[in-house]
Amino acid sequence: MVRIAKVSKIYRAGNEQVRALDDVSLEVNAGEFAAVQGPSGCGKTTLLLMAGGLLQPDAGSVEVDGEDIYAMSLERRAQFRARKIGFVFQQFHLIPYLSVRDNVLAPTLALPISGAAERVEELLGRFNLTSRAAHTPGELSTGERQRVALARAMLHEPRMILADEPTGNLDEHNAAIVLGALAGFAEDGGTVLLVTHDRMAAGEAGRLVRLDAGKLADDGGSSHRDQQVAG
Amino acid sequence: MNVLRLSLQEIAHRKLSFGLGLLSVMIAVGVLVGAVTMLGGHDLRTEQLVAQKEAETREEMTRMEDDYRRIMKDMGYNVLILHKDQSLEELQRLNYPTHYMPEDWAQQLADQNVETLNHLLPLLQEMVSWPEMKREVLLTGVRGQIPFADSPKNRRPPIMQPVEQGEIKLGADLAQSLDVAEGDTVTMRGRNLLVREVYARRGTQDDLTAWVSLRQAQEWMNRPGQINGILALECLCNVEELGSIEYHVTRILPDAQVYEFSSLIAARGLARQRAAEAHEKAIEQEMYYRASLREERRAFAGILVPVSALGAAAWVMFLMMANVRERRAEIGVLRAIGVSARRVQSAFLLKALLMGVFGGIVGLVVGSVAGAWLSEVPPGSEGFTSLLNARLLVGALVGAPLLAALASWLPARAAARQDPALVLQEE
Repeated sequence: MVRIAKVSKIYRAGNEQVRALDDVSLEVNAGEFAAVQGPSGCGKTTLLLMAGGLLQPDAGSVEVDGEDIYAMSLERRAQFRARKIGFVFQQFHLIPYLSVRDNVLAPTLALPISGAAERVEELLGRFNLTSRAAHTPGELSTGERQRVALARAMLHEPRMILADEPTGNLDEHNAAIVLGALAGFAEDGGTVLLVTHDRMAAGEAGRLVRLDAGKLADDGGSSHRDQQVAG
Repeated sequence: MNVLRLSLQEIAHRKLSFGLGLLSVMIAVGVLVGAVTMLGGHDLRTEQLVAQKEAETREEMTRMEDDYRRIMKDMGYNVLILHKDQSLEELQRLNYPTHYMPEDWAQQLADQNVETLNHLLPLLQEMVSWPEMKREVLLTGVRGQIPFADSPKNRRPPIMQPVEQGEIKLGADLAQSLDVAEGDTVTMRGRNLLVREVYARRGTQDDLTAWVSLRQAQEWMNRPGQINGILALECLCNVEELGSIEYHVTRILPDAQVYEFSSLIAARGLARQRAAEAHEKAIEQEMYYRASLREERRAFAGILVPVSALGAAAWVMFLMMANVRERRAEIGVLRAIGVSARRVQSAFLLKALLMGVFGGIVGLVVGSVAGAWLSEVPPGSEGFTSLLNARLLVGALVGAPLLAALASWLPARAAARQDPALVLQEE
């Protein structure tokens, strides 16, 4: 689970100040798939990076799995991410010169993962990438690239996946695969925090959080999917 | 996946960048190794050239000395030891000495084994009348050569054999004028003498000389136990000692003087000495020229080596900076998934080390070969292997990666310090 408590973040550019987040609190439990929506510049990505231990808040705290991640040193926080957090980005951020298999294995650069070789084959099979294992990202379709990124995020069996617009560049079919995988991860007890503009993607989440101008505008409301399931 | 595998794959992906870095390291190492090898090869070549010239000089000197020995041998005796009161003007006029000395002076010289004298022949020489032939003749009494004390010089065959009692030897012109030949018997001063030998024509006063035993001559000239000259062969084995015979002889015989008739040999000896000096001067000039050339090369290398090393370092730093910029997103995502800053830095430093190792190896080979060619000691020639310096090998293989790593330190540090949040937000 992730517990974000009263976090604020101000970006400064010269004399200009932009309040990206203002006293935001949010808790996403294990097994929960939460989507964060809001207009551009409302602080969604800032919230995601903060939850992932990549962006220190100016105020407030972030706990992941019960640990205050910003109380940790930079190196320890990196190790913490390597063990417990997976990232998926809109631009995939695959390493261009590594094969699909090696891209999925990239988290082992941070920490040794026991059974990584078997796990990578399992993930390649699960995301229908086995035949593309030796290819480089430049030889893949956008859908395949995002599946590789998803496999990479899951290699070390994290407790939480943070996804920033993961379906932003995908067609419906591939978007469905990615969202299905994230939902499956949550069903297996993981925590998913999804930042998206995509209504369909938000609809897949069990919980919808709205941000507006750096403030939490709406939290706890059931997503469209939950409403459909309830209906 | 590990840092080495990541680095190798990145190198394979960006071959040009790596190749350019490797080339700069190779040039820096090649220049250093080439300069050291060239200077070593230059020294070696200088030694070879000097040794060659010295050998040529020795060979020429040996040949000239052989010539002198041959000339001396052909000339026979070249020194006449006389009493110190003997007037040389009178000797020239009469063709025989007029001052007498004890016969045992020759033995004293032999006993002292004078280094530069060979073949001591005591003689008694005067112009005497030959009543039976109604003429005067230059009569020389000899007793044969005096052996030296325990000297290998005694093994040399004598220039002149002794004349036995009752025998006579004649110069070519004298025998011809007397109309006698070897084996004839002639009467001289009432004694019958067997003509043992008639010498071949020599073109000297020897052609008009008659030789009898020393005892016979002493009796006829009424000079018992006396001689008036000692013929000797001066050895000019060492040209630098030319003229020192007088010193050696008078040290033993203070009342003697030395008359040398070896001017031809002396002249040739002097020429040889001049030739040797000229050769030595030529070698000195060659060494001076090569020392100047070496200094020029050393000075040039002294500028080129640091310039190329600094140039390579700057170029590697520039390439690594560009590499860090190019891999900005990759660094961001690696940091995001938990790869430590230290590991990111090590990936860049490892790449630099690989650049240094391979650049160093190639530079070492290219520099060694180029340096050897420039110093005219090409690979495969004599002495080439001596130019391959183990310390240089180790220095290049350690120094090149160190140079590349140091040049990459700041770019690698900058990579490690990149804020992944900033990078991911920009992307």
